[in-house]
Amino acid sequence: MENIAGLCISASGLNIGYRLPGGRIKPVHEGMDFEVSPGGLTCLLGLNGAGKSTLIKTMCGIIPPLAGEVLIGGRPVRDYSHRELSMVLGTVFTGGTNVGGMSVYDLVSLGRHPFTDFFGRLGLRDRQAVADAMEAVGIAAKAGCYVSDLSDGERQKAMIAKLLAQECPVMVLDEPTAFLDALSRIETMRLLRKTAVESGKTVLLSTHDLDNAISFADTLIIIAKGRALACGAPEDLILSGAVADYFNRDGITFDSTTGKMGYSVSAGEVGISGEPSVTRWVSNAIMRNGLTPVAPREGMIRVECRSGNDIDIVLRDGSRVNCSLIGTVARSMRSLFPEEARDGKSLRGLQG
Amino acid sequence: MRRSPNVYIVLLALMPLLFIGNIAYGAVSIPLPLLWDVIAGNGEAPQAFSVIITGSRIPQALTALLSGAALAVSGLLLQTFFRNPLAGPSILGISDGANLGVAIVMLCGVGAVSSFGGYMAVVFSALAGALTILAVIIYFSKKVRSNVMLLIIGMMTGYMVSSAISVLNYYASADKVRQFVMWGMGDFSSVSLQKLPYFSAFLISGLAGAVMLIKPLNALLLGDANARSLGINVRRTRLAVLLCTGVMTAVVTAFCGPISFIGLAVPHVARLLCGTSDHRRLVPVTILCGACVALLCNMLTVVPGSGAVLPLNAVTPLLGAPVIIYVIVNKRNIQYFD
Repeated sequence: MENIAGLCISASGLNIGYRLPGGRIKPVHEGMDFEVSPGGLTCLLGLNGAGKSTLIKTMCGIIPPLAGEVLIGGRPVRDYSHRELSMVLGTVFTGGTNVGGMSVYDLVSLGRHPFTDFFGRLGLRDRQAVADAMEAVGIAAKAGCYVSDLSDGERQKAMIAKLLAQECPVMVLDEPTAFLDALSRIETMRLLRKTAVESGKTVLLSTHDLDNAISFADTLIIIAKGRALACGAPEDLILSGAVADYFNRDGITFDSTTGKMGYSVSAGEVGISGEPSVTRWVSNAIMRNGLTPVAPREGMIRVECRSGNDIDIVLRDGSRVNCSLIGTVARSMRSLFPEEARDGKSLRGLQG
Repeated sequence: MRRSPNVYIVLLALMPLLFIGNIAYGAVSIPLPLLWDVIAGNGEAPQAFSVIITGSRIPQALTALLSGAALAVSGLLLQTFFRNPLAGPSILGISDGANLGVAIVMLCGVGAVSSFGGYMAVVFSALAGALTILAVIIYFSKKVRSNVMLLIIGMMTGYMVSSAISVLNYYASADKVRQFVMWGMGDFSSVSLQKLPYFSAFLISGLAGAVMLIKPLNALLLGDANARSLGINVRRTRLAVLLCTGVMTAVVTAFCGPISFIGLAVPHVARLLCGTSDHRRLVPVTILCGACVALLCNMLTVVPGSGAVLPLNAVTPLLGAPVIIYVIVNKRNIQYFD
C-alpha cells in the first residue's frame, strides 16, 4: 500500500455539542485540547454519555463544533470540500449499514468512490488497491461472499478493508470492536495498530474495551464529563493515576497494578501463597467474593496453593481443609465470610 | 453470484416481445397479418385497425413501459433511501398525496381534464401533493430513527389524505366522482399520442436522474456517516432521490391513476434476479423489469375472448402481493437490508 505521510488531527479550545432547534445549545464537552499523531494507534476512551461519538462526529465534520476548530493537517475540517475530505479522512461508523446483499469485493470497492468515475467503475489502479486492502486484513478468501454471510468480526474486517482501499492518511473508527468476540477484538486492534505503524497513518478509534486499549494503543485520550481530556501513553496515564481518576465510580476502581477494573469494597483479607499461576487465579476467585488477597500473616485465614488440584485452606485455628478445585475454595470462602458473601451484588470484575 | 449479463439479455429480449404482445393483443382482436400491414404502412388494413393501433395501442404500450420503469425505480430508490424493504411509492403515502392533488383538481376544480391545460393542472397538482407528503415523511425521518415507525407514519398520513379525498368525493357531483373513481382504478390508456411527448419527457428525465444517482446510492448503503466520508454530499443526494421519485410517482399517478404494487414488488424481483444490492446492476435491471411487468399487467387486463378490460389495479396486486409475501418469508432476501 502507498505510503502517505501522516497528518495530525488536532484541536485547541474545542467545544462540542448540538445545536437544537430554536437556537438552544446542548453542550457535551468544552475546552478540549488534543493532538492525534501519525504512526501510532490512538484510542478514545470514555464512559457512555461522556461524548466519544460526538467528538468523533465533530472530527469528521458531521457535527459543526460549538466553538474552536478541529484541524486535520493544520487545516480546519470545515474548510475541506466533501471531495477533499474524502481524500484525507476515511471513517468506519459501525451500524446503520445495509450492505448485506453486496459481495465483500463490492463493499471494499466502495472505498474507491473518491477515485472512480461517474458510475463507480474501477480502473486498474482501483482494483489493485481493493485487492491489496483485502489482502492486508486477511479477507481476500471471502471476496465473493455476501457480506450478510460473514461473522461480525469478518464484517468489521471488510469495513476496515474498505477504509484501507480509500488510502486516506487519517482513519477514524467509531467503536470498531463493539459486538466482536474477544479474539476478533484483538485481531482488529492489532490490524489497526499495524496499519498505523507500518504506513505512518493517523488512526483514531473509540472503544469501551479498556483492556485492549491498554495493550494496543500508543496513545489514550480519555474523555469524561466536565473534566479536561487526559492524553498520553496508557502506561503513563495508569501510573499517574489518571485512568483510575477518570473511571472510578460507585466503589468501582481501576487497579493500577493489575490493570483491571473491580469493586474495591473489601469484606476482609485472605492470605495467599504458593505457586504463582495458581495464586493468580485463586486471588481472582477471592476478589470476586469481596475479599482482598494479601501476603499471608499469622492469625488470618490463609490459602496455600501448590497446584490447581491441591490447595489448602488454613483456618485461624491452624486446621487445614484440602481442596482439589478452585471452585471449592471459592465456596468455602463464601461460608467463611457469610454476611458479605450473601450480598447478591458481589463483586465481579468489569473487564473481559 | 454475477448473473447479471444473462438477466440483461433475457429482459432485453422479453421487453420487445411484450411490447409487440401489447400491440397485437387487446379488446378488439386484430389478425396478425393486418397488424403487420398497419405497422408497415401498406394501407391495406381497415382504417379502424390503424386508428386502434397507432392511436391507442402503441401509446398505451409506451405508457405502460415508461410507467412501469418509473414506478419500479422509484420503489428501489425509496427502499434504499429509507433502508426498508417495504418502502415504495404507494406504501409511504406518496401516491396518496398525488391522489389528493388530482382529487382537488378533478372534484373541486373545473373538472375539464380533457383539455391540455386541465391535464397540466392535474399533473402539477399531483406533483404538489406527492412532494408535500414526501416533505412530511422527510420531516419525520429525522425525528424517528425506526423505519417501522416511519412506515406507520407514512400509512397514517395516507389515511388522513384518503379521508380528505372522501370529503371531496362526498361534496362532488356524481359524474365527477365517477370520473375520479375510474381514474383511481389505474389505466395506461389515458395518455394520448399528443400527450405522450410531455409524459415521456418527465419520466425519461426521472429515469435519467435515477441512473445518475447510482454511485451515491451505493455509498448510502454504508449509512449516512460512512457515505459522507466517501465524498458524497448526503443532503444533496437525499434531495435528489426524493425529487426524482416525487416527480416520477406524481406524473405516473396524474396520468394513469395510483398504480399499486409495481413500485414495491419489482425492486425485489430485480434483487432476486441480480443477486446483489449493488445499484450499478440493480438500477438497470429494475428499470427493465418494471417495464416488462407493467407491459405484462397491461396485457392481463384484457379478459381473453370477451373483449372486456379490467382495471389495472385489479391485476397488479395479483402479481405484486405474492412477491412481497415471498420477500417477507424468504430470509435470504431480507438480508439485503442487513
